[in-house]
Amino acid sequence: MQQSQIALEKLHDAYRLMKTIREFEERMRSEYQQGKLPGFIHIYRNQEAVAVAACLDMTNEDYIASTHRGHGHCIAKGCEIEAMLLELACKEDGLCNGKGGSMHIADMSKGMLGANAIVGGGPPIAAGAALTAKTLNNGAVSMAFIGDGASDQGTVAESLNLAVVLQLPMIFMYENNRYAEFTKSPKPDGRIAERAGAFGMPAEVVDGSDFFAMYDACQRAITRGREGGGPTAIEAVCNRYYGHFEGDPQAYRDQDELAQERAVSDPIPRFLADPRAAALSAESIAEIDAAILAEIDRGFEVTYAAADPTPDKLYTDVYIHYEGRLR
Amino acid sequence: MKMSIREAINQTLHQEMARDERVIVLGEDVASDQGGVYGITEGLPAQFGVHRVIDTPITESAIVGAAGGAALTGLRPVAELMFVDFLGVCLDQILNQIAKFRYMFGGQARTPLVIRTMIGAGTGTGPQHSQILYPLLAAIPGIKVVTPANAADAKGLLTTAIRDDDPVIFCEHKALYMDECEVPEGEYLLPFGQARTAVQGSDITIVGMSRTAVIAEQAAAQLAQKGVSAEVIDLRTLSPLDESTILESLAKTGRLVVVDESNPYCSMASEIAGLAAEQGFDTLDAPVKRITSPHTPVPATPCLEADYVPSVERVMAAVEETLSY
Ligand SMILES: Cc1ncc(C[n+]2csc(CCOP(=O)(O)OP(=O)(O)O)c2C)c(N)n1
Ligand SMILES: [Mg+2]
Repeated sequence: MQQSQIALEKLHDAYRLMKTIREFEERMRSEYQQGKLPGFIHIYRNQEAVAVAACLDMTNEDYIASTHRGHGHCIAKGCEIEAMLLELACKEDGLCNGKGGSMHIADMSKGMLGANAIVGGGPPIAAGAALTAKTLNNGAVSMAFIGDGASDQGTVAESLNLAVVLQLPMIFMYENNRYAEFTKSPKPDGRIAERAGAFGMPAEVVDGSDFFAMYDACQRAITRGREGGGPTAIEAVCNRYYGHFEGDPQAYRDQDELAQERAVSDPIPRFLADPRAAALSAESIAEIDAAILAEIDRGFEVTYAAADPTPDKLYTDVYIHYEGRLR
Repeated sequence: MKMSIREAINQTLHQEMARDERVIVLGEDVASDQGGVYGITEGLPAQFGVHRVIDTPITESAIVGAAGGAALTGLRPVAELMFVDFLGVCLDQILNQIAKFRYMFGGQARTPLVIRTMIGAGTGTGPQHSQILYPLLAAIPGIKVVTPANAADAKGLLTTAIRDDDPVIFCEHKALYMDECEVPEGEYLLPFGQARTAVQGSDITIVGMSRTAVIAEQAAAQLAQKGVSAEVIDLRTLSPLDESTILESLAKTGRLVVVDESNPYCSMASEIAGLAAEQGFDTLDAPVKRITSPHTPVPATPCLEADYVPSVERVMAAVEETLSY
């Protein structure tokens, strides 16, 4: 298989994005634990390489449909940290004016078609976006992120079939973190890709903690999509570091096994130890790290000073135009 | 014994599974150690085994549909649709299959199925995890819709639901799970189609269901301090609907406020206002007031969510307006 050389600028981006997701969410967790953020949040830790490898070669013209565990996908797709934080805190100036929150955050300007609180809600939407790209013949691709649990949902199977039938420029990006809520996946690794492949598309299993392997696979899939070669499935095998949602202590997991998995599946040290990342200097890493922390600090500062939506906002944006009464 | 709605449902599931081995429980995470996100099914797998307490893949169409098929063929499944919002995923099985078996098969079918599901706003989880949707369900001929507002009713109505031979959707408001009250020991059944007069009164009738029954009771307590005698009716079941209790109360008070957390159009509030207009017209001394959520999705932001759901204050204001008509 091809082993791509990655331009230095891309290496910087890859590191910066993975590290941003990590620091962003670690800070979010601690703020959430102090009761400063509303709703349910689902942390993406240790899966960062998947989102970043998936989106690194995408532009704002390409689409992703995300899941309930969507912060990493947003950041990788280029959503602004501050606008995201404002949304996660449900503030007026958030990406969705505070009406979406963590599980429904979206940024149409970035081709980010929404996190999704309905498991399996994303793939049909991503298929539709792929249909737009195919119809307009603009070379764009569309990707659905899909959990191992979500892979069983009927909507996913229907989208796989549709993507094959219509030869859509679509990527089914499965993130097999081997857990759905409190239940361990009964399927061995690889079964998800096998199932997708059975619909008639190339499907491969990739180590989701290995950024470079993921990036190679994503490049192949995206190129195939852009060139009219139809859909691809990738099963990224990874580890869910924290509980299902923040506050779930994972009592149902074997603690030794969890500690072991956590250690081997952290994509960031693995990325840095890879010879292909050798061009990243210690200096530039330190610089990136400092900039990330500063950006997150600033984001929280702005967020906590920001206004809640005013009461009239309850009634805005139900429709673009409506002749009826809303209350 | 005093217990929460969560405990009452858990106890009822234990009792009914012990009583009838055809009762099975299936759904996502129901056999996990913590018994699902809210611990409702805790302890069931240990007592009855994972062949009767079945963890399913995340696949609502198949969960609900298979529960319907199993019910059609002799089991008495209690399926869990974690959040009622996921109705969107499995509506065909409920709407076109389960609800219609009996009628379209000319009375041959029996579908003793219970679908337990969580409803309502109040947890900051936004548009896809906070809906009410019971009017949509109550509009479907062939299924029954149950909305308990306290632990005793939850036990009595769930027992009846499990023993009922028709499909029943049992709606649990997530904001009420920890509410406690006295619950009868042992076997306890409540008939469907019988509303509960939660508070006796003579000046005005306030109708609620699920959480809005609790809100109506709170409003009545405050009204009592102001010298207003409000009668509160908790519908308990939306389909069948206890029309006579509503109309009898209206005949006594002449005034009606309906509090309903659903969106306003085609709501239970509209249904009951229609009933009052059609059959209680002569007894009305003032226009009926409907207090509902607005015609918008549920916002994630807690400050707007608080404005979204009917509140005691809105009920009080509606009562005052109705009384001064
Ligand atoms: C249609 C639907 N069913 C169930 C749920 C509840 N739920 C939320 S996340 C989740 C588990 C999803 O597991 P997986 O797809 O593996 O994603 P992960 O959480 O591991 O990222 C479940 C069952 C939901 N939100 N939507
Ligand atoms: Mg998973």
